[in-house]
Amino acid sequence: MLASQTGSQQRSAAAIVCTCPFCGLLCDDVGVSASDGGTVSVSARGCELSRAGFARQSAAGQDSARVGGSAATFEQAVEAAAKILREAVQPLIGGLATDVAGMRAAVELADRCGAVVDHAGSTAKFRNLLAFQDRGAITTTLAEVRNRADLLVVVGTDVISRFPRFFERIAAPGGTLFGLKDKDRRSIFLGARPPPDAPGRTDWIACGQPELPDVLGALGALVAGVRLDAQHAGSVPLERLRELSNAMQAARYGVLVWAAADLNFPHAELSVQAIQRTLAALSRTTRFSGVPLGGSEADLTADAVLLWQVGCPFRTSFATGRPEYDPYLFDARRLLARREADALTWISTLSDLPPPEDLEAPLILLAGPNAAAADRADVYFPVATPGLDHAGHLVRTDKVLTMRLVATRPSERASCARVLRAICQELP
Amino acid sequence: MLMRLAGGRMMDPAHGIDGQVRDVYVRDGRIIDPPADAAAAQTLDVSGRIVMAGAIDLHTHIGGGKVNLARLLLPEDHRQACDPRTALTRSSCGHATPGTLATGYRYAEMGYTACFEPAMLPINARQTHLELGDTPIVDKGCYALLGNDDFFLRMLAAGQPQSRINDYVAWVLDCTHSIAIKVVNPGGISAFKFNQRSLDVDEEHAYYRVTPRRVLHALTRAVHELGVPHGLHVHGCNLGVPGNVDTTLATIGAAEGLPIHLTHVQFHSYGTEGDRKFSSAAGRIAEAINANPNVSADVGQIMFGQTVTASGDSMAQFRNADVGSPRKSVIMDIECDAGCGVVPFRYRDQSFVNALQWAIGLEIFLSVRDPWRIFLTTDHPNGAPFTTYPHLIRLLADRAFRNEMFEKINPDARAASILGSLTREYSLYEIAIMTRAGPARTLGLADRGHLGAGAAADIVVYRDDPDRERMFRTPEYVFKDGQMILRDGRLVAVTRGSVHAVKPEYDRSIEAEVAEYFERYQTTSADGFRIDRDELCECGSELIVHACREARR
Repeated sequence: MLASQTGSQQRSAAAIVCTCPFCGLLCDDVGVSASDGGTVSVSARGCELSRAGFARQSAAGQDSARVGGSAATFEQAVEAAAKILREAVQPLIGGLATDVAGMRAAVELADRCGAVVDHAGSTAKFRNLLAFQDRGAITTTLAEVRNRADLLVVVGTDVISRFPRFFERIAAPGGTLFGLKDKDRRSIFLGARPPPDAPGRTDWIACGQPELPDVLGALGALVAGVRLDAQHAGSVPLERLRELSNAMQAARYGVLVWAAADLNFPHAELSVQAIQRTLAALSRTTRFSGVPLGGSEADLTADAVLLWQVGCPFRTSFATGRPEYDPYLFDARRLLARREADALTWISTLSDLPPPEDLEAPLILLAGPNAAAADRADVYFPVATPGLDHAGHLVRTDKVLTMRLVATRPSERASCARVLRAICQELP
Repeated sequence: MLMRLAGGRMMDPAHGIDGQVRDVYVRDGRIIDPPADAAAAQTLDVSGRIVMAGAIDLHTHIGGGKVNLARLLLPEDHRQACDPRTALTRSSCGHATPGTLATGYRYAEMGYTACFEPAMLPINARQTHLELGDTPIVDKGCYALLGNDDFFLRMLAAGQPQSRINDYVAWVLDCTHSIAIKVVNPGGISAFKFNQRSLDVDEEHAYYRVTPRRVLHALTRAVHELGVPHGLHVHGCNLGVPGNVDTTLATIGAAEGLPIHLTHVQFHSYGTEGDRKFSSAAGRIAEAINANPNVSADVGQIMFGQTVTASGDSMAQFRNADVGSPRKSVIMDIECDAGCGVVPFRYRDQSFVNALQWAIGLEIFLSVRDPWRIFLTTDHPNGAPFTTYPHLIRLLADRAFRNEMFEKINPDARAASILGSLTREYSLYEIAIMTRAGPARTLGLADRGHLGAGAAADIVVYRDDPDRERMFRTPEYVFKDGQMILRDGRLVAVTRGSVHAVKPEYDRSIEAEVAEYFERYQTTSADGFRIDRDELCECGSELIVHACREARR
């Protein structure tokens, strides 16, 4: 079935099965085919994100590099980028939406030129990370959810807007390893309305995003056996949370699902902390684990590579010749807003993430062939998309699976890794 | 190029050479016999120096998911120990779980040239190889973790024939480019997913109704029958639990005479005597190892100070989470494959338990008679970071120093240990066995761990310093595959190591069975599970395949 998967020289129209790089689920069963013109379309098991992603990233566009808005050779663009970095006092490498090879090159470049590195999606990611570094986590992975989870509690997200095939991927129409049937599951949505494909018997406890901190705090207290005199948490009657708490304690293998990107309120890390406290309390008597959803735009990939190579996650500075991690000081937005960074290298190989507006610092842009910011970039490299133009690796939402991407069309476009390595070679 | 290391005192236990003066000739990365054109050799005078093969760490957690989780969990760990950028090396940091770059540099600086990651989850193999590919200079290898994966437990529960289990084990070794098989808390990680909180050797798994003894038996046989050189690498049940000595002895029994390696055996050598119901059972364990030639062990010595424990044993780590310091932990169930747990620990010399753990490790080292069957480890980072090895060597080789340290620990622990009465001092020859020749032999690395013709020229030259800690901390020269990478304690070249693996034969029809299983129950395809050789190169390493013993079916 998957015999053609490794072929990078597929001719047009021959469908191949590949791993889709366009969200953190990294589904490895997506059928795609490339037209003679190089457009790649999804032919099987697609979703909105995969269809849009393959179409957008494979569309015709800019082929050659640009310097100051004019066409340039690759070498001229590399030299121009190196000049910017040589002259910068505090370079910043942002975006970081690239595969393992691209990130390896980005970390080497950052070390070479003393840059700060931060990912475009770090604001959301830090909601989880700050809680993680404070108290740790209890988590589980997709196959465990698929085979074991009798209760899903979904907090503050409908899941499918960001991870369209999540419920399909954890559904087990052919049965699970341990006899659990899909219809016997229960899912309880706290916040967003349940989508139609939520598994099993579905309940909805409606509440607004700003109420979540109160609601999660109260839920945690109930699970821990604390007596609460209040009648409501936010607008939610405590009785409903008591039922939820009872259901969670009665579950044999429960999971609590959230997407940090959807916890869009101040100090959401405290809500993630409340979630982890709740999971720890439940784990005293039963099994209940978290499923934090992320990994889109390669945020977990960028973090993993930086972590394993130098020991720190992103928001790390190499300015002093050694890696220093600080989630406040080395926030890319803060550095740019305060004009503390004087050169921005922006990497977006999976979609067209916009670099921050109102840049004073020179911009080196590594992005797809139709990048909206191409005109305001001092140097622009139209770069390849991993999983489309070349093979590569990305880290899945649960951080356990590193998925193999294959080339899904013939392509000459330079990879992010190649561009960054070339720039690095021009630096002292 | 031909090179001669002239006049050194050679410690090469694989050839019975104990300090005799010999020249070593190196050509094209290999050690050769004295050649006809010896006069043309570029000569390095190492007279008066000690010459050994590069050291091999056969149990060190240096890459893969749980190590990266530990790095993420402990930003405070990274602020303590930084390797700044130099003209030659890149910057990287971390004390207990350093980045891969610092890991490679620091191992090489101590004369280590090969390191084995002992707990690679097969489902996480790709990330592990990517991390190892970014670990410079040293060679690497992985032990694939089996025995808690549902595919295996289903086979066992269904009573599938041993030969089919062997096919599956060989298929996993092949797909993940591993060199050995490890089991962690046999069946217990899976049992924890069913909310069992402990599982002893003869207790039944709540769902599969199999016992750890059966898991051990099937995997020990598989490894043996496939001809994998290293016996089953076992992290037993009841890690860290007082009284687990009986579990460990039962584990040895479960091997039924087949080769078995007890890893970090210090954590499995506890009795329940005394007022605090915690005592040393090192004597009983050492006696069992001495009496059973099929058994080898590494110690997993603890050292005092801050570290972090990262283990596949989610059941034990959940139990330990409340005694961790700082108080934070990660517990994970993983993909119907295994699990993991990360718990920071601060071992204190004034804590009765920690001090006794320290003494138990040393008692084991000094009581096991055959240095070919006991290996020097701290179970990095679980007992202590690998950078403490030189200190550990001094504790073993220098009784006066050891007793001085022993005087400083918690007095109740001192009273409960016989360490002060043990007079043994490890010789340089025995240290060379324990850190070179022994690991190479047990792993089946025919061309490593010795200085005979044909060996890879992984060579370390030490000054014969009576302070063995200083001696082993700072070699004078280190060569990797014939290239000088360190001189006078400083790196002079950074190279890229290889990955060592074994590839026993198997019946390929197992692939269809696994593919169907993945299709039905997993969330990825079996196709993607396999890492092909080109991809391994992309990860950053070249593959070296070692021979298996003749298969015994």
